[in-house]
Amino acid sequence: MTPSHDVVLVGGGGAGLRAAIAIAETNPRLSIAVVSKVYPMRSHTVSAEGGSAGAIGADDSTDEHAYDTISGGDWLCDQDAVEAFVTEAPEELLRLERWGCPWNREADGRIAVRPFGGMKKKRTWFAADKTGFHMLHTLFQTSLKYASVVRYDEWFVTRLLVDDGRVQGVVAIDLQSGKIEAITARSVILCTGGCGKIFPFTTNASIKSGDGMALAYRAGAPLKDMEFLQYHPTGLPFTGILITEAARSEGGYLINKDGYRYLQDYALGTPQKEPVLRTMELGPRDRLSQAFMKELEKGRTIETPYGHVVHLDLRHLGEKKIDAKIPFVRELCRKYQNLDPVKDLIPVRPVLHYMMGGVHTDIDGATPLAGLYAAGEVACVSINGANRLGSNSLTELLVFGARAGKAAAEHASRNLEISQSVLGQARDEHRRIEQELLNKKGSERIADLREEMQKTMEESAGIYRTGASLMKAVDRLRSVQERYANVAIEDRSKAFNTERVSALELSNMLGVAETIVMSALRREESRGAHQRTDFPKRDDKRFLGHSLVHRNPDGSARVEYLPVTITRWPPAERIYGEAAPHGGSNKAPGSSLPS
Amino acid sequence: MADRIKLQVARYRPEREAEATFDEYEVPCPKDWVVLDGLNHVKDRIDGTLAYRWSCRMGVCGSCGMMVNGEPKLTCATFLADYAPGPIRVEPLRNFPVVRDLIVDIGDFMRKLVTVRPWIVREEEKPLSAGEYLQTPEQMDDYKQYSMCINCMLCYAACPVYGLDPLFIGPAAIALAQRYNLDSRDEGAAERHRVLSEHEGIWGCTFVGECTRVCPKHVDPAGAIQRYKLTAAVETVKAFFMPRGA
Amino acid sequence: MSPGQVQPEYRQRVLPPRVSTLWWLGKGTYFAFILRELSCVFVAWFVAYLLLLVRAVSQGDASYQEFLAWSATTPILLLNLVSFLFLIFHTVTFFDAAPRAMVMKVGRNRVPGRVVLAGHYAGWAAASAIVCWLLLGA
Repeated sequence: MTPSHDVVLVGGGGAGLRAAIAIAETNPRLSIAVVSKVYPMRSHTVSAEGGSAGAIGADDSTDEHAYDTISGGDWLCDQDAVEAFVTEAPEELLRLERWGCPWNREADGRIAVRPFGGMKKKRTWFAADKTGFHMLHTLFQTSLKYASVVRYDEWFVTRLLVDDGRVQGVVAIDLQSGKIEAITARSVILCTGGCGKIFPFTTNASIKSGDGMALAYRAGAPLKDMEFLQYHPTGLPFTGILITEAARSEGGYLINKDGYRYLQDYALGTPQKEPVLRTMELGPRDRLSQAFMKELEKGRTIETPYGHVVHLDLRHLGEKKIDAKIPFVRELCRKYQNLDPVKDLIPVRPVLHYMMGGVHTDIDGATPLAGLYAAGEVACVSINGANRLGSNSLTELLVFGARAGKAAAEHASRNLEISQSVLGQARDEHRRIEQELLNKKGSERIADLREEMQKTMEESAGIYRTGASLMKAVDRLRSVQERYANVAIEDRSKAFNTERVSALELSNMLGVAETIVMSALRREESRGAHQRTDFPKRDDKRFLGHSLVHRNPDGSARVEYLPVTITRWPPAERIYGEAAPHGGSNKAPGSSLPS
Repeated sequence: MADRIKLQVARYRPEREAEATFDEYEVPCPKDWVVLDGLNHVKDRIDGTLAYRWSCRMGVCGSCGMMVNGEPKLTCATFLADYAPGPIRVEPLRNFPVVRDLIVDIGDFMRKLVTVRPWIVREEEKPLSAGEYLQTPEQMDDYKQYSMCINCMLCYAACPVYGLDPLFIGPAAIALAQRYNLDSRDEGAAERHRVLSEHEGIWGCTFVGECTRVCPKHVDPAGAIQRYKLTAAVETVKAFFMPRGA
Repeated sequence: MSPGQVQPEYRQRVLPPRVSTLWWLGKGTYFAFILRELSCVFVAWFVAYLLLLVRAVSQGDASYQEFLAWSATTPILLLNLVSFLFLIFHTVTFFDAAPRAMVMKVGRNRVPGRVVLAGHYAGWAAASAIVCWLLLGA
């Protein structure tokens, strides 16, 4: 018997669980399946530290939140989506409060908000420095009370079933038993998160392989704005652990191999002993990342087994200040990296943090493919435009998780038949996985291919891109793709075959990598996180639009443009200083700033 | 310090063997490598068939719990160098059925978790437009510690009571029940009491205290259980002297 | 369908967990735990011993003297000494748990664990002092 549900959610992180609850509350008669390759509470939402934005302050307004978001996104955000987002943000966050999320409070018991880089008012709700963790566990535990939510924990989705122009289910591997099964549904919502593992240096968890983007793309749904990837300037190179801005706002120095505070060479001000807002180490994130690349070119970075780094020096702050102001930074370094910022230099470099692009959806999470929805980092609505503002993404998964859930519930409530032919498709997929991945003797190690892909992306499609570097990336990715056909899978077991999963993830990442490169190649301008050294200026005339990458029947990619929706805020210059973190609040005792 | 270290890794492939065996691998041992990095090195470079779970590598997703030299550990927070010169024995978490190599089946916990109703229970909900329920930082402190559980299952692996009596509801589930019981917004304590006060609930615990010692997030499940025992005892006495809620 | 995890229709054979009979020798804390469980036997013995004493006293002076003589024999002395040590152990470990089980508040602030613990020891000392006073003062 093929399991059948009204709605299948692929992914059980913040967006997936919020969507599941929204469906259960919209129509309790609908059967909801949460299909996730990890237990929901292991999802990557868990790693988010900083907070979740929603305007509630007496001095704040949703319009200001909208403006900060749009200007931060370099006018590539769809303004109708942003307006819906900022309007629904506070109530969604409040709903989470109802479900038990331990939001930090003021002394009188009201919700506390804190400032965040790029936000001009205090509007970031937070749960200590573990906001994502608390949001995810709150959503997960709350989802347990709905009898209509059935979980398929540790099932890996390999394909969307499409017939008659609409999505009708998925094919998934039950990892524990190795069984491959079709799960049919009238609506499918993709909530699989980002794709950071395409890059060698990333804050993303190992599970972030762009699965949902690849699934949608292969099924015929276009991906939007894939060239926009956000870097964070200070991550640990090997583990990708993120060192928050707070470390710098408390007075940390960034130094090169000569011990020199190199930021002074990049028009970021003159070094002072004490931190000065919007200068040097407190300059905007993208400028800091770009300065690193220049140092790398000049040969002034430090070479480590994990690649080139610069050093974040906190030693002069002393143990007392570090423990009082940024204890979390010290804890992370000691527990997971075996170094102590009190006496050691911290090796840091820009690391990939967030994918602004994703599956193209409308304001209700609907993709152009009937029955297919997407929400969270996997989707691109777009509220993030060319550059996401910190603390908008956690709110995004609530607002658009709920919206996608409601829309998918409505769609599933219509009387749509599941075609018989999708079961045939499922059988084909079954055969493909067994043949391609269990009974094949290749010679290419998965890790080698993955590293080659990651290196290619870092070198050719990283912080700086040029037409030439991207063309080179196209070739190199194609060659990895060819080698993938000969991938080695030593594990023949059905029970929890993680090697088979790694191979499928690699295939997904290769597909997504290609769309990133193709979109970046096509956009001949620099905007937000997309920096072309051969086209250093923003070009609203030609490129004030979303790139949409479609998959041609022959497998090649085709990039088209879609106009940006502009309602009330005409494009203006993005002032760099505005994106700099607010410094004042960083002085508050115990407040660890946002990542 | 030696630059390489041996890992003795438990293997169990249900299609091939009836019992667990050990495979030995030699891996690099730089100062910043954790046991998980060693396993990743094995999987990427030596033996792709090794199966284990991992994700965040920063101690918050709860995936990578294993027995390291007989102790339940998050392998992303356990440095290889601390065990030099080795060898290091890496085994699946104790007290759980092993699915494959280092992967255990935690379905039992997932089912028990639902029984303690780990969500806010209220008779009546005030509308969203009425704003948040006030909760002072002091009120939050009452339960905050218990909300830090990442469900990594190290406490179950450390608990001999759970090993001997699989019906025991276990440390993390009870701590999470307490997390909601002690939340000023919650009114579900009575519903949870029925489950918690059963023999397999709090009274199963004989206060070995190992759960608290191995907890990577300082949740103190042992404390949560003892605290609830006292609450339950007081409730029982009250019910005896004041039947029918006087 | 009930909430929660879906059971796959078929499962691979899992390796069931096993606990060796000597698990409690594996670790100091496990051993201490078993000792504490064992201490209950000695608590029971002290209760029985006290009842025997009460019975002896109620049956007159001769019976009481006989009880005292019996109590002075080496096996009983040894047994009582061991029991005493176990009772101390039981008490100390019980007290250690107290600060975590008892969450008391004065105003908004939680009473620190050290204070709860000290309270227990103070109570113990007071009880012992009363007993001493009864025995020695009489």
